[in-house]
Amino acid sequence: MRRVYLDNNATTPVLPEVLDAMRPYYAEHFGNASSIHHHGQETRGAVERARESVATLLGCRPAEVVFTSGGTEADNLAIFGLVQSGDHVITSTIEHHAVLNSCKHLHEKGVEVTFLPVDGRGLVDPDDLRRALRPNTKLVTIMFANNETGVIQPVEEFGKICAEADVYFHSDAVQAASKIPIRVKEIGCDLLSISGHKFNAPQGVGALYVRKGTTLDPLFFGGSHERSRRAGTENVPGIVGLGKAAELAVKALANGEDTEMASLRDRLERAILGSVESAGVNGAGAPRVPNTTNIYFDYIEGEALVITLDLKGLAVSTGAACSSGAIEPSHVLTAMGLLPDRARASIRFSLGKQNTSGDVDFATQLLPASVERLRELSPLYNRKSPVPS
Amino acid sequence: MPDQNTIAVAMSGGVDSSTVAAMLRAEGRNVVGLTMQLWNQRRLAGREGMPEAVAGRCCSLDDVYDARRVAETIGIPYYVVNHEDRFERDVVRPFVKEYLSGRTPIPCSLCNNHLKFDQLLTVARQIGADSVATGHYARVEFDHSNERWLLKRPTDRSKDQTYFLFGLTQEQLSRTLFPLGGMTKPEVRELARKYGLALAEKPDSQEICFVPGGDYKNFLDAYLAEQGELFPETAGELVTTDGRIIGEHSGIHNFTVGQRKGLGVATGSPLYVLQIKGDTRQVVVGDQANLYSRTMVTRKNNLISIEDLHQPMRVSVKIRHRHEASPATIEKTGDDEIRVTFDDPQRAITPGQAAVFYDGDVVVGGGWIS
Repeated sequence: MRRVYLDNNATTPVLPEVLDAMRPYYAEHFGNASSIHHHGQETRGAVERARESVATLLGCRPAEVVFTSGGTEADNLAIFGLVQSGDHVITSTIEHHAVLNSCKHLHEKGVEVTFLPVDGRGLVDPDDLRRALRPNTKLVTIMFANNETGVIQPVEEFGKICAEADVYFHSDAVQAASKIPIRVKEIGCDLLSISGHKFNAPQGVGALYVRKGTTLDPLFFGGSHERSRRAGTENVPGIVGLGKAAELAVKALANGEDTEMASLRDRLERAILGSVESAGVNGAGAPRVPNTTNIYFDYIEGEALVITLDLKGLAVSTGAACSSGAIEPSHVLTAMGLLPDRARASIRFSLGKQNTSGDVDFATQLLPASVERLRELSPLYNRKSPVPS
Repeated sequence: MPDQNTIAVAMSGGVDSSTVAAMLRAEGRNVVGLTMQLWNQRRLAGREGMPEAVAGRCCSLDDVYDARRVAETIGIPYYVVNHEDRFERDVVRPFVKEYLSGRTPIPCSLCNNHLKFDQLLTVARQIGADSVATGHYARVEFDHSNERWLLKRPTDRSKDQTYFLFGLTQEQLSRTLFPLGGMTKPEVRELARKYGLALAEKPDSQEICFVPGGDYKNFLDAYLAEQGELFPETAGELVTTDGRIIGEHSGIHNFTVGQRKGLGVATGSPLYVLQIKGDTRQVVVGDQANLYSRTMVTRKNNLISIEDLHQPMRVSVKIRHRHEASPATIEKTGDDEIRVTFDDPQRAITPGQAAVFYDGDVVVGGGWIS
């Protein structure tokens, strides 16, 4: 069966160039980057080259890049590394669970947390942020681009507000990195998280940008790795992969591949909306990353559509999976004001570098009949005309 | 288009449904494994009187893990579908309401009617499977002479689950497979071993899935507290059959019909709970002899082997899961009312429980004792 993968916001395949770059660091150059001998020096060099590549991707200095096990650790390090009891934290209601649940945990431990709402397009109002600031506000953490809708927040405005108020600003840029240019100095953020596997590096590696002069308590205690910010022997092959993927992403952005991606996504959107009625784009009207579209198909259960499409070879997703793998109603779409039925009827399509226009055609050919079948069997669907049995 | 060869298997993570999936797969069917996420075990965990989330129950992560492992082993696609909202609305809330009004509900039948054979069948059809197979011990057959789908007792009488399945409609039965209906439990385990299923020796589950440890009282407390609802006043009087007040009780939900212990009154002869009056919160007690009765009425009936009950019919009637079906005559006495007259008086007929009518192995239908 032909299988098409349009769930690249969940994870992406490792690019062949990335895998090639990583391969020598498993068996051939296996040294511990902290060792003083030849073997250690070899891998130390590779780690530092990767740090430079990531710094280029983010527009910062290499010394400001801390490698982590992924986006979740980077978010946790930023939040728990800064916030102490008595502090106030501001975040939004549409964050990834890595930020949202970290903030909820702080809240349960007695830290004051403000969860800013979003409008119907999924945007946080900078004025809301301004009004939420308090004398004891320590950290503002608002995501760069949303994983479910692709909606891009006005992070530069948030950065200005935080700088004026002398408050730390962290942004989870896991879904922005490689999709759109990121310049941390222009954003004016102090901390920014990225994750390797969202842009063709392997799973298990990520990084946190930490502006020079920012004091962070580590999450782990041990050796003095990563300038004592992240104890534990470096995941050298992963870090090398992340560096290579960052390098490729910089080139791709320079070549305008983001524009090509956007036109492929727009074609997908147009084809779907043109062939399925009672459907629409969530977050339309807001700036979005070029690879993501989140579409509601009224009168269906998104869960059933995802399963139907998977059985036919198309991988897409909906909401967030809970620990059992069951789908929970999306907190992002709910926060945007979607009624529960519509939130449950929404599907995310996210493109990746490997996707072709043929993949988009495959998806747009499958969808109308699949949606129609679900609607026929849906108790919610108020049919306009009786259908012969 | 639905594919006649595609079948959804309701997988609970237990031996029975896992074996069903493996059997159908071995027959060359296109099997899709589905597990219903019905209740979040962690939701009430840790509240007062409630244990921490326990493994080995319906919807526990361990069961989903087991089901997923089976799906991987036999090579079928597998999905967990979330029906927590429906489960709470159609099973948990009615259970709580019934319990607080002094009846003894059986949530498994409600779950079968509203979730397993309704929602799950809908999902199955939506994803392209025409029917659902489960690990229930029961049989489905088509009766050509009457043109009706029949629900029949399984070969392994000790595992008979037809009591919980009396609510299935003709449409549901026509799309349901019970592949274990002709097998015994040891045979099923043997087959599970043969298919290399790691859970072949997993013990059977027993209690109500969302009530840990079978402790209803603590469950009700924790659930109502979570909902921000006050535990209603259920304490009241203990009265005799002639209306004499002989004491007080701590709450009607603490009693079931037929119960002897825990009445908190000392009298010469042993007293039994005869009746629980939800409206006046009275618990009627009396002699063992008063527990027996020959007649009862059922409502919310569902008939399976016959379209309607036009004339009185001789059947055997089961009034509890572990009850030996007893000979009786059923007759229609109202639009949705069936009067059951037993040949011999039955002990502790309990409102809220299901009564299921059998004609030999065939399930005629059933209803809820009112």
